[in-house]
Amino acid sequence: MHIITTVGLTKKFNKLVAVDNISFTVDRGEIFGFLGPNGAGKTTTIKMLTTLMTPTEGSAAIAGSDIITQRAQVRKSIGVVFQEPALDTELTGYENLDYHARMYGIPRSKRQRRISEVLHLVDLQDKKNVLVKQYSGGMKRRLEIARGLMHSPKVLFLDEPTLGLDAQTRRAIWQYVKKMNKDEGTTIFLTTHYMDEADYLCDRIGIIDHGKILIIDTTPNLKSSIGNDVITLTCSEIGKLKERLQQESWINSIKQHDSSLTLGVEKAEEKIPALFELANSLGITITSIYSRTPTLDDVFLSYTGRTMRDTNAEGTIEKPTRSRWRHRQR
Amino acid sequence: MNAGNELQAIYIMWLRQLKRFFRSKSRLVATIVQPLFFLFILGSGFRNAMIPGMEGTDFMHFLVPGIITMAILFSSMFTGLSVLWDRQFGFLQEVLVAPISRFSIIVGRTMGGATTALLQGFIILFIAIGLGISIVSAPGLLLTILFMIFIAFTAVGFGLLVASKMENMEGFGLIMNILILPLLFLSSAFFPVAANPLLKSIAMVNPLFYMVDGLRGSLLGVDNLYPPLLDLGIVVCVSLLMMGIGTYLFNKSEA
Repeated sequence: MHIITTVGLTKKFNKLVAVDNISFTVDRGEIFGFLGPNGAGKTTTIKMLTTLMTPTEGSAAIAGSDIITQRAQVRKSIGVVFQEPALDTELTGYENLDYHARMYGIPRSKRQRRISEVLHLVDLQDKKNVLVKQYSGGMKRRLEIARGLMHSPKVLFLDEPTLGLDAQTRRAIWQYVKKMNKDEGTTIFLTTHYMDEADYLCDRIGIIDHGKILIIDTTPNLKSSIGNDVITLTCSEIGKLKERLQQESWINSIKQHDSSLTLGVEKAEEKIPALFELANSLGITITSIYSRTPTLDDVFLSYTGRTMRDTNAEGTIEKPTRSRWRHRQR
Repeated sequence: MNAGNELQAIYIMWLRQLKRFFRSKSRLVATIVQPLFFLFILGSGFRNAMIPGMEGTDFMHFLVPGIITMAILFSSMFTGLSVLWDRQFGFLQEVLVAPISRFSIIVGRTMGGATTALLQGFIILFIAIGLGISIVSAPGLLLTILFMIFIAFTAVGFGLLVASKMENMEGFGLIMNILILPLLFLSSAFFPVAANPLLKSIAMVNPLFYMVDGLRGSLLGVDNLYPPLLDLGIVVCVSLLMMGIGTYLFNKSEA
């Protein structure tokens, strides 16, 4: 059963195509993740799905309601935790939750109970009467997640839920996300540019870059698509070795980066000697070699030809902060 | 969307404005103390001066409607502008993604702003009564309250308009200095414009003039150029126009 369906969803800002004709589905009860570098179009997609932006082309439905023509219905079935904090810091944690509940039409009798339920879920019961401006970054994030859950949404959107948080807080938030997915059966749509986050949380992942979805699959499938092991090597005459290796059937995938080759193989420990022999016969010297089990980083690399770190660095230069403001204005 | 939900939303937006107002001690002090400085310092300084065009006997009394207008204007404009804060701090998204109409958001916010502005207006009014101004009549007092309400609506609408078109808070100071202050000086809030033909004709196209003039007419019954009901008609029209434009622009803006 699909709870989110998008067909050819597109968003253009003047000439810039932020989201380019994407179509995908999300199943009820799963944790689905959009993985991609900054500026890939993740937030824009969430803004369209949550009715805050109108798509330039295409359409989408959430729990059977169209995001353009049935906005009110969509808004009732979703909860959103935005990338930027969206709390009223002059109010207490309790007030933030109470106001949210009232705006979503939760009757008085249920309000109290639900507030203590969600506060319990994120361990904030003892801070509920403290003004939010005195909360730490992690506490604010937890309160936002609790608030997103207040009205028991069918789908909860999490836009970069652990951005800028320390390792310990990130772990804790992952636990909450898992817990609410399991306890409340909430479908979760999250975006992240952290590989480990997507790896740990998501049932299925869509890799997105430059506004396009490159692939969608389950996390184990994505990893095994490269091979069970990954060998990275550097050598002299890298192009020549690559050409030769392409003829070998035991190599699942082969990618060349600036000064290294990445090979997807089975049982790397048996393949390394074979590689040395091959290189020797061509008169090529292998200067370094190592093998490891694949990560989502490798998956990203094999679909985009770039590592996430490269892309993020390049993205920051391309996208000055000013342009973000303009997008929000529109 | 059901009506109960929308009422809750209006209530929440109203309550939020009030809570924020009372919790921000510095704002509370500034918005109440500043008009009193004007009233007492300016008022005492010119108390015995002969001011052309002034028929009343006491300049401090003359000043009261002007100061009430100023206090309500500044406070309500701030409410409209606080949309900008909400946008910058992200809270606006939380409100816009909720299953409530934008109209309810604006109604609640406006009511909240008007309530806090009226509170300030009343504080000044009570102090003024303590200073010995005599209210002309009971209907006059009622009319005074009506004026205060519509002045508040106008300023909230104007604040919304500015907030929807502006990207940051810096522009706010500019608008205050080059638009609101001159209009206030030309509104007869601080001195009568009747004696100077040029100032008088400028005042005719200044919406703030009708606010001050109407407030003065209904509260003191002296030194006003037009009957208060005529002023009220004009102020109501201006407030509807401002609220209309403000609401339209806010509806169009995205989070």
